[in-house]
Amino acid sequence: MYEAIVVLPLLGAIIAGVIALVGARNRFPGQNPPPPHDDHAGDHAHGAAAAHVEAHDDHDHEPSAAGSLTAELITSTFLVISCVLSWYAFFDVGFGGHEARITLFSFVTFADLHSEWALRIDSLTAVMLVVVTTVSSLVHVYSIGYMEEDPYKPRFFSYLSFFTFAMLMLVTSDNLIQLFFGWEGVGLASYLLIGFWFHKPEANAAAIKAFLVNRVGDFGFSLGIFTVFYLTGAIDFDTIFAQAPALVGKSFHFLSWNLDALTVACLLLFMGAMGKSAQFLLHTWLPDAMEGPTPVSALIHAATMVTAGVFMVARLSPLFELAPVAAAFVTFIGATTAMFAATIGLVQNDIKRIIAYSTCSQLGYMFVAMGVGAYSVGMFHLFTHAFFKALLFLGSGSVILAMHHEQDIRHMGGLWRKIPFTYGVMLIGTLALTGFPFTAGYFSKDAIIEAAAVGTNPMAIYGFIMTVGAAALTSFYSWRLIFKTFHGEPHDHHHYEAAHESPKVMLIPLAFLAFGSIAAGWPFLSIFKGEDVGEFFRESLKFGADNKVLENMEHLPLLVSLTPTIMMVGGFLVAYQFYIRRPDIPAALARDQRVLYEFLLNKWYFDEIYDFLFVRPAMWLGRLFWKGGDGYVIDGFGPDGVSARVLDVTRNVVRLQTGYLYHYAFAMLIGVAAFATWFMFAGPH
Amino acid sequence: MTIGLGHYLSVAAILFTLGVLGIFLNRKNVIVILMSIELILLSVNINLVAFSSLLGDIVGQVYALIVLTVAAAEAAIGLAILVAYFRNRGSIAVEDINLMKG
Repeated sequence: MYEAIVVLPLLGAIIAGVIALVGARNRFPGQNPPPPHDDHAGDHAHGAAAAHVEAHDDHDHEPSAAGSLTAELITSTFLVISCVLSWYAFFDVGFGGHEARITLFSFVTFADLHSEWALRIDSLTAVMLVVVTTVSSLVHVYSIGYMEEDPYKPRFFSYLSFFTFAMLMLVTSDNLIQLFFGWEGVGLASYLLIGFWFHKPEANAAAIKAFLVNRVGDFGFSLGIFTVFYLTGAIDFDTIFAQAPALVGKSFHFLSWNLDALTVACLLLFMGAMGKSAQFLLHTWLPDAMEGPTPVSALIHAATMVTAGVFMVARLSPLFELAPVAAAFVTFIGATTAMFAATIGLVQNDIKRIIAYSTCSQLGYMFVAMGVGAYSVGMFHLFTHAFFKALLFLGSGSVILAMHHEQDIRHMGGLWRKIPFTYGVMLIGTLALTGFPFTAGYFSKDAIIEAAAVGTNPMAIYGFIMTVGAAALTSFYSWRLIFKTFHGEPHDHHHYEAAHESPKVMLIPLAFLAFGSIAAGWPFLSIFKGEDVGEFFRESLKFGADNKVLENMEHLPLLVSLTPTIMMVGGFLVAYQFYIRRPDIPAALARDQRVLYEFLLNKWYFDEIYDFLFVRPAMWLGRLFWKGGDGYVIDGFGPDGVSARVLDVTRNVVRLQTGYLYHYAFAMLIGVAAFATWFMFAGPH
Repeated sequence: MTIGLGHYLSVAAILFTLGVLGIFLNRKNVIVILMSIELILLSVNINLVAFSSLLGDIVGQVYALIVLTVAAAEAAIGLAILVAYFRNRGSIAVEDINLMKG
C-alpha cells in the first residue's frame, strides 16, 4: 500500500510525460521531411509550420495538446487514490501504531556507505503523506479548470505528478541520501514548474533564481550530510539517532578551530532547510517563484515543498534536541523571517506576492516552534497551514482568472458581488491564516506563540516577541488583501464587468480546502499539542528528557494565550480603518513615511544587496575568466595562437610562390646543382 | 695549338651557362627562354660529340642526333603553346606569366 502511495504519482507522471512527448512530436515534427508533394505545397507547409511557432507566444489561440484530457484524468485519478490510501495510512500508522519500514532495493553500497531505497512510514511521515497527497490531488483537480486555456496540459500534469512523487520520496525517506534525492527532485520540479510558461522571460529568470538560491542551501545541506556521515559512519536515520547521544560534547577540528560536532552538523543541515523553506537570507527566490502558474504556487510554494525544511528539522529532531545552539539559531532565523516577511507583505500589491510573503512568514513560525523544541507544534502548523495557504493561493488563482490574469490588487475592488463563492472561501482562508478563534490556524498558530513563550532556549523570548508582532501584521496584510480585492469600489470597470465565477472543477477543490481550513485544527489538537503527542508520534519525534515545552504550554497565564487573538483583532481593526472607512490614510501614510514605505516596497532591498554583493562580483569574475582567462590566455596561447603562427609562416611561404617561370627554373637548377655537388663529394664511393 | 677535349668542354660549359643565365636574367620574352633551352641542349650535344670522338664510340653521336630531334619537337610544341598563349592572353612577356602565383 505504501509503495502504491509513492509510485502512483510517478506512474502518472510518466504516462502524462509520454503523452506530452508524443503530442509535441506530432505538433512539431521537427526534422522529419515534409509530406511528398510538389515544391509549392512544400513551401506552403513550411509557412504553416512557421506560423505555428509564432502562435506559440500567443497561447490563448493555440489548441490543447492531444491527449490533454487523458493525461489530466490519469494523473488526477492516481493522485486521488494515493490520497485516499494516505488518509488510511495516517490513521493506521498514527493511531493504530502500525509503523512500517519497507526496503525496496539497494541504492549505494560503497566501502562503509550502505544506503537503500526504503520507505520509512511512521507518524511524522504519515502526517506529511496526508498533507502532500491531499493538497496535490486537490491541486490536480483544480488545475484541470485553471489550465483550461493552456496548450501544454500533459506536460504540466506530468510535472505536477513528478513533483508529488519526489515530495513523497522525500517524506518517506529512510536515510539522508534518499532524503537528498527527494529534496533535489522537488527542487527540479519546482524549477520546471516556475518556468512552465517558458515564453515569459521573467518566468525563466525566476526559475533560475529559485534553482540557484536553493543550490546555496543544498550546498550546506550536503555538507551537513557529509558531517553526519563523518561523525557516525552511517546515513540511515536509525543508526544516526542511536549514535547521536554519544556525540554530545564531541568536537572536531577544522582549520585550527575546535567546533562542536553536533552543532556544526545541525547548522549545516539547517542551511539546507533555510534554502528550501525560504528563510531569512535565502528567501529571495520564493516571491519570484510566483511567476509560475497559480496551482504550482499553491502546491509547491505554499503547502508542500517549502515545508520540506520544517519536516527535515522535525525528522532530525533527535539531533537538534542535542544541539541547543543550533536550535537557538533555528528559532532566531524563524522569528526573524516571520517578522521580516510580514513587514514586506504589508505593502506589496501583487495578490500572489502578498500570499508568498505570508507563506515565508508562516514558515518562520514553524521554525520558531522547531527551535524551541515543540516539534509537534511546528508540524501542527505545517499541517493546518497547508490547507489554508493552498486555499488562499487557489482562491487567488480563481480571482486572477476572473480578472483575466490581472494580479495587481490596486486594480481590483468590489469583486465580492461578482465571485461570491471565491470570496467566501478566501474569507475562510484569511480567517484561518489570521488565527480567528476555532479555525485551524487559530490552534496551531497560538500553540507556536505559546511554545515560544515557554521556550527555554536563549532566543525563545525573541521568538515570542517577533511572532506576536508578526501575528498583528499577518492580520493586517491579510485583511488588506481581502478589502482591496473584494470590497470598495471597482478600479478597473472593464475587467470588473467581465469578471465571472470559476468553473465547478475549480470550486470543488476550494470547498474541500475551505473545509480543511476550518476542520483541520480542533480534531487534531490533542495529537499535535495536547496529551496524546507522545502516543501519536512515538519515536518519530524526539523530545529530550528536560524538554518540557509541551507541558509548560498548558500552564501559561491567560493573558499570554490571548495575546495572538488580541493582535489579530488589532490588525483587523487597523486594516478596516485603513481600507474601508478611510481609504485615504494609507496613501497619506506612504507619503509621510516615504523612506520606510520604499524600504518595505523594495523588500528590504534584498535583491539589490544580493545583486551588489554576489551577482555583480560573480558576473565580474565570470567576465574576467571568460575574457581574460579563456579568451586571452587559453585561446591566445592555445588554438588561436597556434593557428596565428601557422598563418604567419604560411603567409611567408606563400610569397615564395611568385608564379614566375624563371623562379621555378632557378629552384630546379639550384636543386640539380645541389644533387650534383652531393654526388661529386659524397656520391657512389 | 691543338684543340683538345678541354676546349670542347669549355665551349659547352660556356654555352650551358649562357643558356641558364638566359633563363634567369631574361625579363622580357618567353621566346628567349625557349632559345636558352635550345642553347643548353646544344651544349650537351657538344659534350656528347666531343666524348664520342675522343672515345671512338659512335653511340655518343647517335645520342646527339636523338637530342636534336627531341629539341626540334620541343621547340615546335613550345612555339605552338606560345602562339596559343598569346592568342588567349595578348602577351607573352615573362613578367605577365604568373598564373601559378599562390
